[in-house]
Amino acid sequence: MKEELITLKIDNKEVKVKKGSTILDAARQANIDIPTLCFLKDINEVGDCRMCIVEIEGRRGFTPSCVQKAEEGMVVHTNTPPIIDARRVILDLIISNHKIDCLTCTRSGNCELQDLAKKFNIRDIEFPGEKIEHTIDDVSPSIVRDFSKCVLCRRCVATCKNVQKIGAIDCINRGFESCVSTVGNNSLNDVNCTFCGQCIQSCPTGALHEKETISEVWEKLKDPDCYVIAQTAPAVRAALGEEFGIDIGTNVTGKMITALKRLGFDKVFDTNTGADFTIMEEANEFIERFTNKNSVLPMITSCSPGWVRYIEMNYPELLPHLSTCKSPHQMFGALIKTYFAKKEGIDPNKIYVVSVMPCVAKKFESTREEMNYDGISDVDNVITTRELSRMIKEANIEFKKLEDDNFDDPMGEATGAGAIFGTTGGVMEAALRTAQDILNKKDLDTIDFKKVRGEEGIKKATINIDGKKIKVVAASGLANAKVILEEIKNGKADYQFVEIMACPGGCVMGGGQPIKSSKVRAEIDVRKLRANCLYSIDEKSTIRKSHENIILKKIYKEFLKSPGSDIAHRLLHTHYVERKKYKINN
Amino acid sequence: MDEKVNCTKCKCGKEDKFLKKLFTIYKPNKDNLIQMLNEIQEHYGYVPMYVQQELSEFLKIPMAEIYGVVTFYSRFSLEPQGKYKISVCLGTACFVKGSQKILDRLSERLKIEPGETTEDVLFTIDQTRCVGACGLAPVFTVNGEVYGKATVQDLDKVLDKLLEQEG
Repeated sequence: MKEELITLKIDNKEVKVKKGSTILDAARQANIDIPTLCFLKDINEVGDCRMCIVEIEGRRGFTPSCVQKAEEGMVVHTNTPPIIDARRVILDLIISNHKIDCLTCTRSGNCELQDLAKKFNIRDIEFPGEKIEHTIDDVSPSIVRDFSKCVLCRRCVATCKNVQKIGAIDCINRGFESCVSTVGNNSLNDVNCTFCGQCIQSCPTGALHEKETISEVWEKLKDPDCYVIAQTAPAVRAALGEEFGIDIGTNVTGKMITALKRLGFDKVFDTNTGADFTIMEEANEFIERFTNKNSVLPMITSCSPGWVRYIEMNYPELLPHLSTCKSPHQMFGALIKTYFAKKEGIDPNKIYVVSVMPCVAKKFESTREEMNYDGISDVDNVITTRELSRMIKEANIEFKKLEDDNFDDPMGEATGAGAIFGTTGGVMEAALRTAQDILNKKDLDTIDFKKVRGEEGIKKATINIDGKKIKVVAASGLANAKVILEEIKNGKADYQFVEIMACPGGCVMGGGQPIKSSKVRAEIDVRKLRANCLYSIDEKSTIRKSHENIILKKIYKEFLKSPGSDIAHRLLHTHYVERKKYKINN
Repeated sequence: MDEKVNCTKCKCGKEDKFLKKLFTIYKPNKDNLIQMLNEIQEHYGYVPMYVQQELSEFLKIPMAEIYGVVTFYSRFSLEPQGKYKISVCLGTACFVKGSQKILDRLSERLKIEPGETTEDVLFTIDQTRCVGACGLAPVFTVNGEVYGKATVQDLDKVLDKLLEQEG
């Protein structure tokens, strides 16, 4: 069926748009910019902040263009002096209750409110008055909430409630006291928050940000007694460049390694190698469960700590489905502090492992008490992609001009399978490459499992391995995870292997990645560009199957013996606990 | 019915029969939230947190959203309310006729701030907007009963009487 088009006039320009489009859609299509603040395409389209007001001829007053549908013959003005005056008053009122400490704010330079203030040439505070005092919630290891910078746009609420189907935060109280908070006005640590960090990605200001831990990294880098090792997750290299004005989806692996070495890290390793270990252990665990009749199936991946926290709080009865494998950076940390320390003759107590991750939930994961070996923690500090970019800026390194470098031996070489871990479907694909070879007992040519790639939230595929049909599912975003868990709970799951990532699109869109404005998110498919970057790294890799990784083979031979061995279990596997959703008193 | 209802426990550890019944009367439909909260407020005198959590499971609404509703409407409270709820009107008419003095006196005698409840859960002070009795300004109400053209002395008398009744 042909889509019906309508014609309207915006700022004297004739625009043809699909029926059902909003005025904002139509204006953007015609390259007419209308400022927005609370608008987040497909997620928060509520017309709350009224920055996007326009005038429609024949109607009284102003209309928010993000919710008003375009109609045939409409004549719209977006930029008349009365509109600009009205928008300025709206902006002044929002700023009047905003803590203005832009110089020291994490979002300075990437803040939608700051951009509006610049756009409207705000020079003084029109309505100085009482501001509400709020305590900063920095109790959780992952996310900090600073309500004094909140503009009540509700983008975080919509993301948490509708995209992730968690609802850890909502608007509470009324009038001047109304704010975005949690049950009982508690810390995010004490409610059903999974620490996925998608709220940070949707926040236009500095009201939500990661718990920054770079000062500890600087301290350790200064300490001559400390052997500081960095490991970087696959998704980081696909996004770090954005913080330095490089195009979205550019692979900056080489520059990133150079920058880390310049910062003073003694070694820079690749978490992708850790991912190869995860695949060996996970594929092995899966084959064991698959071939053993009484085992719990489907098996679900456990690399995404936000997802793990979600199942621990919401479906504890399904925890036996979760793979016991630690996530790649935790496995890798454990190997650094045992195998590598011994080999290099370094006291593991003096090694400080910093994981650079696209994730804020990883900060929480590394503090879990299970994540250690003989009392030595696997990973000592987790910083996000954004935090690494801040360190590089602090050190006055001109990132764009850096030459390329390689990861350090002896734990640097990773496979293409490790690289695609950073996108939805990637863990599944990497695991299948290894599982099929093990089950068939030969090296197969099938490498690309394209059915588990792409943007859909839930991707199902059936794979033939050694005459056996294996049904697999890859789900990303916690709302989709919930769909899968309900199927398993109700006995409707006919699949055997499930990959779940907490963030929609996987780690490339993680809560620790560079933050994109509402406008960029509406216009560019950021997930696709970043994911393509990882797929191209995979394609260019000479070794694309985890079990063929030369370093991995060596470490199994010299140290771990075989996947699933006693020592592998002690170092690379973990267990889970049932968690209460809320800490409440009465 | 939902199995969860059977394991509903009030904070004393006993089964919460009221809640169990409530979950059979109402369908698990989002639209029933306000009405159910009304009944809960009526029954317990406040909306306990554990009840909000049970309600969240029953209606499949995030608990934070329910908490948002409870904190939005002044008729719901998060703390137990006193046996006597004394409301002093601070609407325009009452205010200009000096109702603030009555409120201050009430706070002074009960040693609590407006919005709070005495430790023995006997009295709650509420400051309210217009109760629709401007002709009688200033007014205060005790559990809905209106005392018009009130003075500080009138309030003292009412308080003395209630305190005597309660021993």
